Amino acid sequence: MGDSNTLLNVAGLTVWFQADGERSWAVNGASFSVGRGETVCIVGESGCGKTVSALSIMGLVKTPPGRIAAGKIMFEGKNLLSLNDAEMQQIRGRRIAMVFQEPLASLNPVFTIGDQISEAITVHEKLAPEALRARVLELLRAVGIPSPDERLGSYPHQLSGGQRQRVMIAMALACEPDLIIADEPTTALDVTIQAQILNLLKSIKEDRGLSLLYITHDLGVVASIADRVYVMYAGCVVEQGEVGDVFLEPRHPYTKGLLASLPDRARRGMPLTGIPGYVPGRFGRPVGCPFEPRCSEAEKECHIEFPQFLDWGKGHMARCPVLYSREKRR
Amino acid sequence: MQKIITLFFVSVVSFLIIHLAPGKPSQIDPMNPKFTPELVERFKKEFHLDKPLHVQYALFYKDLLVGRTVSWKDNQPVLTKIWERFTNSLPLFIVGTIITWTLSFPLGISSALKRGGAYDRGVTFFSYLLISIPGFFFAYMLIILVVSWLQVPVIGMETFGLSTDSPALSAFMDRLWHLLLPSVLGASGGIAVLSRYVRSQMLEVQDQDYVRTARAKGLSSDQVYYKHALRNALLPFVTMFGLILPGLIGGSVIIESIFSWPGMGRMAYEAILARDYPVILTVNFISAVLVLLGTFISDVLYMVVDPRIRL
Amino acid sequence: MKTPKSHQRQISAEEPNAIAAKRRRSSWILFKQNKIALTGFIIFLVFFAVAVLGLFLTSGDDPVLDPSLVRLQEKLKPPLSSPNPDALAPREIPSMKIYLFGTDDLGRDVLARMLQGAWVSLTVGFVAVGIAVIVGIILGGLAGYFGSYRVSAAHLAIFCLIAGGAGISYWHPFWGLAMGSCAAVLILITVSAGRKRGQEGKPFWVNLIGIKTFSIDTLIMRLVDIMLCFPSFFLILTVVALLPASIYNIMAVIGLTSWMGTTRFVRAEFLSLREQDFVIAARALGLGFARIIFRHMMPNALAPVLVSTTIGIASAILTEAGLSFLGFGVPPPYATWGNILSDGKRFIFDAPWLTFIPGLAILIVVLSFNLFGEGIKDALNPRLKERG
Repeated sequence: MGDSNTLLNVAGLTVWFQADGERSWAVNGASFSVGRGETVCIVGESGCGKTVSALSIMGLVKTPPGRIAAGKIMFEGKNLLSLNDAEMQQIRGRRIAMVFQEPLASLNPVFTIGDQISEAITVHEKLAPEALRARVLELLRAVGIPSPDERLGSYPHQLSGGQRQRVMIAMALACEPDLIIADEPTTALDVTIQAQILNLLKSIKEDRGLSLLYITHDLGVVASIADRVYVMYAGCVVEQGEVGDVFLEPRHPYTKGLLASLPDRARRGMPLTGIPGYVPGRFGRPVGCPFEPRCSEAEKECHIEFPQFLDWGKGHMARCPVLYSREKRR
Repeated sequence: MQKIITLFFVSVVSFLIIHLAPGKPSQIDPMNPKFTPELVERFKKEFHLDKPLHVQYALFYKDLLVGRTVSWKDNQPVLTKIWERFTNSLPLFIVGTIITWTLSFPLGISSALKRGGAYDRGVTFFSYLLISIPGFFFAYMLIILVVSWLQVPVIGMETFGLSTDSPALSAFMDRLWHLLLPSVLGASGGIAVLSRYVRSQMLEVQDQDYVRTARAKGLSSDQVYYKHALRNALLPFVTMFGLILPGLIGGSVIIESIFSWPGMGRMAYEAILARDYPVILTVNFISAVLVLLGTFISDVLYMVVDPRIRL
Repeated sequence: MKTPKSHQRQISAEEPNAIAAKRRRSSWILFKQNKIALTGFIIFLVFFAVAVLGLFLTSGDDPVLDPSLVRLQEKLKPPLSSPNPDALAPREIPSMKIYLFGTDDLGRDVLARMLQGAWVSLTVGFVAVGIAVIVGIILGGLAGYFGSYRVSAAHLAIFCLIAGGAGISYWHPFWGLAMGSCAAVLILITVSAGRKRGQEGKPFWVNLIGIKTFSIDTLIMRLVDIMLCFPSFFLILTVVALLPASIYNIMAVIGLTSWMGTTRFVRAEFLSLREQDFVIAARALGLGFARIIFRHMMPNALAPVLVSTTIGIASAILTEAGLSFLGFGVPPPYATWGNILSDGKRFIFDAPWLTFIPGLAILIVVLSFNLFGEGIKDALNPRLKERG
């Protein structure tokens, strides 16, 4: 993960939202990075701050209620957080593109999909109408939409969920970005379609050498496409590393809990284990480890401080006060 | 099809209301000293007032649909009367509508863009002021203001005696001046309501996901607003176009009374006072037709404009 | 392995209630933050207090401030002027020794009239809107809840014929004609619908009696459409001009012509609420529809009703003022602000306070109602809560 190979580096991102007179910290000092040609997954339960992190990279966080309080987002040597809107517009769509979760809501209902994909292109490049149309058709074919020339004039509501998501992916690919951020793109789809879209993303990424930042709560997806994974909880990254390492030897109690809650054929007939309790409402900024109230291995130091990462090699790191104090004692 | 049934019921109901209300039209009131008993009898016969109600209903509407109804007050054909007043009301209506629609959209859109700021709050407060002020109070205020400050005559459709000997241009300008104040007055309420509605539509659309997608594609703020957000936000307003139609036959009685403007509103008002049934019923009928036509056009326009409905 | 702390606290049972209470509280906080709406609310309270106070101060045989005491010698005196003690009998001197708002053309104390008028205007507004809201809730609730219950056209036709027969004999032949034609139309519709369904094998006449062609929703909505065809001010004007002038007539008429908006809101809310789980659960428990509607669904649907109530009161007061202007307002001896305003229009250059004072008062009160209503609407709208 050398510097020349790192495409995106987010360091210490902190984002809060103001609602009803109270401030809630959606992202709390999270750091992650994506290398060239890598697929990185951010995984966590709903409300852990993964979507907000992704939106912060694109500069799409709504700043009246929300504010990016701290952190740096380095992309190609520039801190994206210091760019103004006009400069960010050059990045959005052209260098970093995003695919959203709800394709029906995310596509404008009054424009045809042909128009919307064309727009994604013309925003950044000038093309003659013929070339433009050819490019759109090529994109539609690349994402696997059958009879693309007939589909050019369709409206979003005339397509199925899976097709709409393919259109979103086509829009993301339009200007050949270096990085695609996908925010739970398959959550709203059927399982079989899910598999198709995942395979599509995998093949596109390999064909074009893109980097993919994939946000999900589904560990199965992580296992099938990710190179590296970051586990987030309550706005903090609690464990990170290569997928193999993290899944085979999870260190943080939360990761262990997540993996243990997956149904396992070997334990058929036995009760499923979950993680007791709820993800906290996002108020307040705990001093210690945010997972402490639900952690079965919590000790008294978990309340007091949230130490830095412990490294087990090959980038496999976790942040746990209990593990940290155990290491220190050695 | 349902609309025609509605129309039918409307005609029945309005007929009922008029006839069942107490008080007889002055022409056949036996107390009225101007009419001798023979005149009253003749009047009754001519207008079928002695026949049972359902026959009256049938006869009246037959006349109406053929266009032969006659006013009881001054014996003119109703349609002629209506047309005359209509040509007076029409410029008022057109100018008022133009003012309303051309001012509301920029106001509403700019309010939405600058939401929460001083401009937005000022416009909002001003809108509320406009809809809260009693109509004639506001009218008198404006009149006093305009007359004492600008020295411009405002009552009536034109300055008395001007049309006969002045050049055409100054007569035209004079009429324009007289037209301005009542139109503005009539438009004020409409502007307040419409601009608020535009604003709330824009705000609602701004929060939609597809606006976020548009920004993610790299569009500038302007492009996002004016191309994506606006198009969706304005969808309901296209359909409101159709609903302008019923306004044709309306006319604010109050404004017309204050400005001595001989328009539809006053005619209907005088007809009500004089129990001039044919006029009242005709106006009512035309208004109902316009309302139903207007909603029909709205529905059609909605289908044309929104691809989700069309396909 | 220790028991995690989360197991040591009571979670599940309390959370939903806590959430609902929190939502109510945050709505209130949001409402308070909207300074303008809050001002509207406060002015409304002040108005209410003034009206009640006015009622006490001006009613009875020897009120503190007498609105109907005519003192022709003192007519058209400007505000804050003192009475002329020589020209008045002792009991005619106003209580506070000055005419706070001046006098009108009959020498009546404008302050007293305004105070009395406050209560009357308030009553007109509240009663009229009360009628409108009650009718609106009932019709809207029925339309929304029973929406898909279809009523057999044949049943309706029979009902019309019976009503027509009664009408002919008791009331007026016209009723007979009206009902008869309704019945005829309904029979026509039934027959044409029956011809379509008759292909299902049953004998024709069985189909005729049994089929249900109109849903209650359609019926009520058609009624709303019919009412909407009449331009509202004209309708009010027509009825008020034709009926003997009385305050009760005016209240009733304004109320009976403004229920359409509430009906639509309630119907829309009910249509969406009906599909929600708690309603289905209530029905599964076997609760009767009245209980479901009034105890479970209504509280949830009240938000838009509340908004349209406040705005309705504002508009009722304005309508009453407009009617007074045309001469059809509440007749004397009642004083309403609309009355005072329209009486004053004759003296607009000589005694401008006679129009300014009631005009401004109406403006302020109506404005406060409108702002208050909008404030409620914004506070209750969850989507707009994302404002910073």
